[in-house]
Amino acid sequence: MSSVIVVENLSKQYSLGMLKHETMLREAVVNLVKHPFTRSHREKDTIWALKNVSFEVEEGEVVGIIGRNGAGKSTLLKLLSRITYPTQGRIRVRGKVSSLLEVGTGFHEELTGRENIYLNGSILGMKKREIQSKFDQIIAFAGVERFVDTPIKRYSTGMTLRLAFAVAAHLEPDVLFVDEVLAVGDADFQKKCLKAMDDLRVGGRTVLFVSHNMSAIENLCPRAIWIEGGEICQNGEAKDVIRAYLSLFADAQRSGHDFTKIESRGGNGMVRYTGIEFIDAEGRPNNLVRCGDEVRVRLHFHAREEIHQPHFGVMLYSDMGTLVTTFSTWATGLDVPNLSPGDGQIDFKIDSLNLMPARYYVTLWLSSFGGVKYDHLDHCVAMDVEPADPYGTGKGMGRNFGIVYVTGKWTYGGAPGQKLAGR
Amino acid sequence: MFFAWMKEFWEYRELFFFLVWRDVKIRYKQTVLGATWAIIQPFFMMIIFTLFFGRMAKMPSDGIPYPLFSYSALLPWTYFSTSVSLSGNSLISGANLVRKVYFPRVALPAASAFSGLVDFSIAFFILLGLMFYYHVTPGFGLLLWPVLMVPLIMLALGIGMILSSLNVKYRDIKYAIPFFIQALLFVTPIIYPTSIATERLRFLLSLNPLTGLIEAFRATILPTREVDWRLLGFSVGITLVIFVLGAVYFRKTEREFADVI
Repeated sequence: MSSVIVVENLSKQYSLGMLKHETMLREAVVNLVKHPFTRSHREKDTIWALKNVSFEVEEGEVVGIIGRNGAGKSTLLKLLSRITYPTQGRIRVRGKVSSLLEVGTGFHEELTGRENIYLNGSILGMKKREIQSKFDQIIAFAGVERFVDTPIKRYSTGMTLRLAFAVAAHLEPDVLFVDEVLAVGDADFQKKCLKAMDDLRVGGRTVLFVSHNMSAIENLCPRAIWIEGGEICQNGEAKDVIRAYLSLFADAQRSGHDFTKIESRGGNGMVRYTGIEFIDAEGRPNNLVRCGDEVRVRLHFHAREEIHQPHFGVMLYSDMGTLVTTFSTWATGLDVPNLSPGDGQIDFKIDSLNLMPARYYVTLWLSSFGGVKYDHLDHCVAMDVEPADPYGTGKGMGRNFGIVYVTGKWTYGGAPGQKLAGR
Repeated sequence: MFFAWMKEFWEYRELFFFLVWRDVKIRYKQTVLGATWAIIQPFFMMIIFTLFFGRMAKMPSDGIPYPLFSYSALLPWTYFSTSVSLSGNSLISGANLVRKVYFPRVALPAASAFSGLVDFSIAFFILLGLMFYYHVTPGFGLLLWPVLMVPLIMLALGIGMILSSLNVKYRDIKYAIPFFIQALLFVTPIIYPTSIATERLRFLLSLNPLTGLIEAFRATILPTREVDWRLLGFSVGITLVIFVLGAVYFRKTEREFADVI
């Protein structure tokens, strides 16, 4: 099977002068008059958004593209979509290409849903006949049958998004480039998107998918490419690449067990968190946390002056960004009347950690009862909950069973005459 | 290479038609008068010109009633001026599309140039009405109008391509366009006939490609005038040059649009 996408030594240079470049004709004219013999200095300030990127994609492969913000992922997609052109290197793509760099491109609010479907479909590369034949499916997918002839400026944001995605979901290109379009929308919408992406994979289309959603990438893409600083860092099995990427990311976070160096944080700083420790049932600091364990979360802080009625709070997020739980001195009832200036610590004892094995992110906040914000550290620590066996059956602990688990017991109201236990 | 360009444009012809349709639709949605706006601009200009130039200034009009004289020129002129304005700004107004979608960029100025034709056709009926009112019977010359539209469209598109690509790089072009059009209005024999210009001035006027075209539009429907074929040929020649220059410049700068826009 020959490759459908071939990228050879692709490089893209942007001159910063292009961004600062004279954008007014009068400036250009003035410059010409003032310095008729010197070329402008834009050659000096350049950045390489992509440097010597090479890879191939076979027909039917679904490849995830991951990397930090600004790594060059979107630039790569733009180059592949022919929206912009390489400074060096070559790109070859075979087959009908559709690029989904944004959902709802070309939508105009004065036009009706029906009209926008045709317009957007055409922009995405569908022929009129194709749009006509899929029209009913599209409005059914979006759920806007009743409003199809109303101008979309009357639609809610959710409806517009669903409509835009409905059109995109009915594309049937040979090759599809998708750029982080799942970042918007509610959970329901995201589920629909993921299913549509999966259908593409099953349908044998070649897809390149840029996303920050690691679970989506892991579920949809057998292969992933990690781009960092404009270059390919790793290219291979998605699980491995994602693990490598996350560990780099988390290492940066893990040193955040010491928070004194973190600069970007909210609040006025009268009191600051300086560190966090997880202490196990034996009283030892232990980064290894398991389901069902008794864990003490110890927060270290430093107060610059005397603080009245502070409240400490911890929020746990799943890696999909869902807020799993919050525990705070305000909610669970510990009133600390005063903090003296200097270092201090406060513990929260979790009796039994009811979380499924996964990685969770910790956000810490510190405010006063009156509402003054002292400190806010968002997603500052990654907490890995390892599998354990709280049910004693060796079963039922895993990501696909959910975020939390509950402890309890089953009883079966069986033979007649037998009373149900616990009624 | 030009052939490859045309071939690609043909592949995207449906998108082009959708863009034209979108432009037209948007122009008239939510307006109370709807399509009559197409008629109002040339018609009211004709009335104002008749009052101020025709009556007050007593502008000669080569033996034809002034309203007809000016309207027959205002009609193609209105098409030209709105098309140039719209296509000059088309890339910037379509910046979102340019940044996110691949398509031959020329579809944007081209769509603007063609969307004006709808207005033109509607306003054309007013011309027929005026001719009827002034007892001027349309001769076969009227059939020449669709033919004359071809160089007019090419001229609008040629200038539109140059202006729109310049506009991407130099944003102040946007402000120069209305001024440029205003100036053109006066250096084209719309308000006045070429007959009142001196020999020297007439030569300068003929350098303006619009002159030959507009005069031909006028001449083909009015029985007292003959089409000046030499002037027309000259104007069409200049139009072709501008069109080719526009296309070449546009093609050359096209690659950088998405980066700069």
